[in-house]
Amino acid sequence: MAAGVAAWLPFARAAAIGWMPVANCPMPLAPAEKNKRQDELIILNVSGRRFQTWRTTLERYPDTLLGSTEKEFFFNEDTKEYFFDRDPEVFRCVLNFYRTGKLHYPRYECISAYDDELAFYGILPEIIGDCCYEEYKDRKRENAERLMDDNDSENNQESMPSLSFRQTMWRAFENPHTSTLALVFYYVTGFFIAVSVITNVVETVPCGTVPGSKELPCGERYSVAFFCLDTACVMIFTVEYLLRLFAAPSRYRFIRSVMSIIDVVAIMPYYIGLVMTNNEDVSGAFVTLRVFRVFRIFKFSRHSQGLRILGYTLKSCASELGFLLFSLTMAIIIFATVMFYAEKGSSASKFTSIPASFWYTIVTMTTLGYGDMVPKTIAGKIFGSICSLSGVLVIALPVPVIVSNFSRIYHQNQRADKRRAQKKARLARIRVAKTGSSNAYLHSKRNGLLNEALELTGTPEEEHMGKTTSLIESQHHHLLHCLEKTTGLSYLVDDPLLSVRTSTIKNHEFIDEQMFEQNCMESSMQNYPSTRSPSLSSHPGLTTTCCSRRGKKTTHLPNSNLPATRLRSMQELSTIHIQGSEQPSLTTSRSSLNLKADDGLRPNCKASQITTAIISIPTPPALTPEGESRPPPASPGPNTNIPSIASNVVKVSAL
Amino acid sequence: MSGCSKRCKLGFVKFAQTVFKLITGTLSKDKIEDELEMTMVCHRPEGLEQLEAQTNFTKRELQVLYRGFKNECPSGAVNEETFKQIYAQFFPHGDASTYAHYLFNAFDTTQTGSVKFEDFVTALSTLLRGTVHEKLRWTFNLYDINKDGYINKEEMMDIVKAIYDMMGKYTYPVLKEDTPRQHVDVFFQKMDKNKDGIVTLDEFLESCQEDDNIMRSLQLFQNVM
Repeated sequence: MAAGVAAWLPFARAAAIGWMPVANCPMPLAPAEKNKRQDELIILNVSGRRFQTWRTTLERYPDTLLGSTEKEFFFNEDTKEYFFDRDPEVFRCVLNFYRTGKLHYPRYECISAYDDELAFYGILPEIIGDCCYEEYKDRKRENAERLMDDNDSENNQESMPSLSFRQTMWRAFENPHTSTLALVFYYVTGFFIAVSVITNVVETVPCGTVPGSKELPCGERYSVAFFCLDTACVMIFTVEYLLRLFAAPSRYRFIRSVMSIIDVVAIMPYYIGLVMTNNEDVSGAFVTLRVFRVFRIFKFSRHSQGLRILGYTLKSCASELGFLLFSLTMAIIIFATVMFYAEKGSSASKFTSIPASFWYTIVTMTTLGYGDMVPKTIAGKIFGSICSLSGVLVIALPVPVIVSNFSRIYHQNQRADKRRAQKKARLARIRVAKTGSSNAYLHSKRNGLLNEALELTGTPEEEHMGKTTSLIESQHHHLLHCLEKTTGLSYLVDDPLLSVRTSTIKNHEFIDEQMFEQNCMESSMQNYPSTRSPSLSSHPGLTTTCCSRRGKKTTHLPNSNLPATRLRSMQELSTIHIQGSEQPSLTTSRSSLNLKADDGLRPNCKASQITTAIISIPTPPALTPEGESRPPPASPGPNTNIPSIASNVVKVSAL
Repeated sequence: MSGCSKRCKLGFVKFAQTVFKLITGTLSKDKIEDELEMTMVCHRPEGLEQLEAQTNFTKRELQVLYRGFKNECPSGAVNEETFKQIYAQFFPHGDASTYAHYLFNAFDTTQTGSVKFEDFVTALSTLLRGTVHEKLRWTFNLYDINKDGYINKEEMMDIVKAIYDMMGKYTYPVLKEDTPRQHVDVFFQKMDKNKDGIVTLDEFLESCQEDDNIMRSLQLFQNVM
């Protein structure tokens, strides 16, 4: 029910008393008015701008966000108002819709921003009032065309994983730039089209005389040469057509398309000529058929975008052209009739019949004025001048429409080309952003490790060197870390100072591309001999121990000393938990091992800080380019620890 | 031949109409507008009180959740494409679409093809505030791709492969071909008590409850909200 009418409902109900005397049956009971609330003012806080309105105003449209209980999700208990984190300018229009029942579209607003807001508030754009609807629709259509171009070019350029031979061929035909072979083919066909058209033209040029007969056109003088050229061109065109037919994804649709019809029409005359004999009566028809050879020039439209635009414009202006034609025909008939009857009186007039006057009218209306037919009577001259004036007008009227159409399509194409050119830069930047996000993760890992390692060594002044990451970032990184632990793959972190080396085979991590190649070349880590240390056992499973420690970054610190002293199983998966003494170590035996190792490593650290074991990563000799010959020192001091660790570690390329 | 003549007549009528439209200049139709699908399926969730009763969230938490949800999907429902895109943002290095597909099916309990706010919030309530039993049952439902009540090796392989796909290509160490298979074998060894090749819900619950790591990690995301 419309908004304005609702206000009159009490009046209509009261006036219904007028029916009571006349009614035959008793009236139904009135609906109980439960929840009759006093109408209250609601405060809508949209990004700081406070709007106030009556509750009943909003409830006029119960299928929108503001009119339904959905707005309770946005109710702020503390300030007793509804807070929306949206654009206050557009909200003005939305609220006016509730007040007046008409939705207006502000012209300065971007169409997609406006659409988003309407979608958010649950309002259908169709409700836009007549005053603004046309503008809205026009802008929307423009935007849609622009976006369609984008999507088209995007689809064309997405690298498809693996195409069949037929699909590659079709792609090569449609986009010559996809491969050099396609480009070569494109230019070769273009060349042969040009050759064919030129031979058609030159064939008819008079070529000098053979003594004893009149001047011959070149075609008859060098008929064999021209025939060979024609044959060659037709061969190429036939092969091209058959290849396209083979490669087309939908052969039926291909056959019906305009370009294929042009192709067929271009080569048919030749084959028909081959089939037909030199019969006298059919050769006349055959000569006519040769006219169709000129359609080969339309094959150029595959090569020229301008031609395609022109063709598309004419197609889209078909109605205007049709109207132009129709009005011209009307005018021609009118003026021809008038001229005929005006010139009927004069002797030896050329205006023998109305159809004969058509020629005069057309020539005059298009301001050609050949002068082969001229009116001689005064009346004829008067009407002739009116004819030429009106001709100018009638032709000038539809032309701007066609011109504007052409301009719109042409600019659209230019924009598409520009966008395609910008796309490369955009994709490059997106790629950089992507690697940026991965770098951010690795950075945070590195910084986390750095912080924790420094905590271990007890150098408090360098503790806050790492970048503080926002909460969302750290949560995202935690998510990625959990994925790492789930799969057992990992990112390699590099830091010349810390030289963190990470895990065993169980730990697959995210890794930089360059490191990936390096690691691919390095040997498989799976085949290292190791002695099992029974106290350390790993838990296969989708979730691993480290993830149970939420909120603390788990790190892997190398223990380069260990390989010499105790080889661990390659299946070991243990992590260092650096934390307060909230939780006891996972296994007591682990911590005891820790302490033993830690004696040598970090005497400075308080034992309570380290609760669980070291990562067992025996340094595979192959992976340490420089560390092979260096046996790890037996009992390094804490400060020398880091450099010694560094020495045994793979130098990873910088991110 | 009546069908043929009917078609001819129809064709002729159409042709005559086109010619007429050409003459009067009304030939061009707005083709673009036909493509502008104004299908705005707007879905509104139930009231705040009802949702509060049905889930383990407080009003404020529901409000926060809804605001985020509505910002991403003003129409009130997420479809699978959007889901896949969201996951692609979180895991930019790998291909998260397979896993997102399975996850979407787990969220979309009514198999309607779109996840509404109620489904979303119900699943979150189970995952974050539910009992251990409920969480494990939800996980079992996630693994059970065809929802037949059993997990067989192929389903597990699909899930594990999808998880490994999310990591991407550039990992250290290099992901080998049979790593997922080994992973699944280990899983089945643990879970499949009676060695019949399929894991039922009870076997799953039992095995998970025996495993401390799993139990501990189920509590991991307790304070995600």
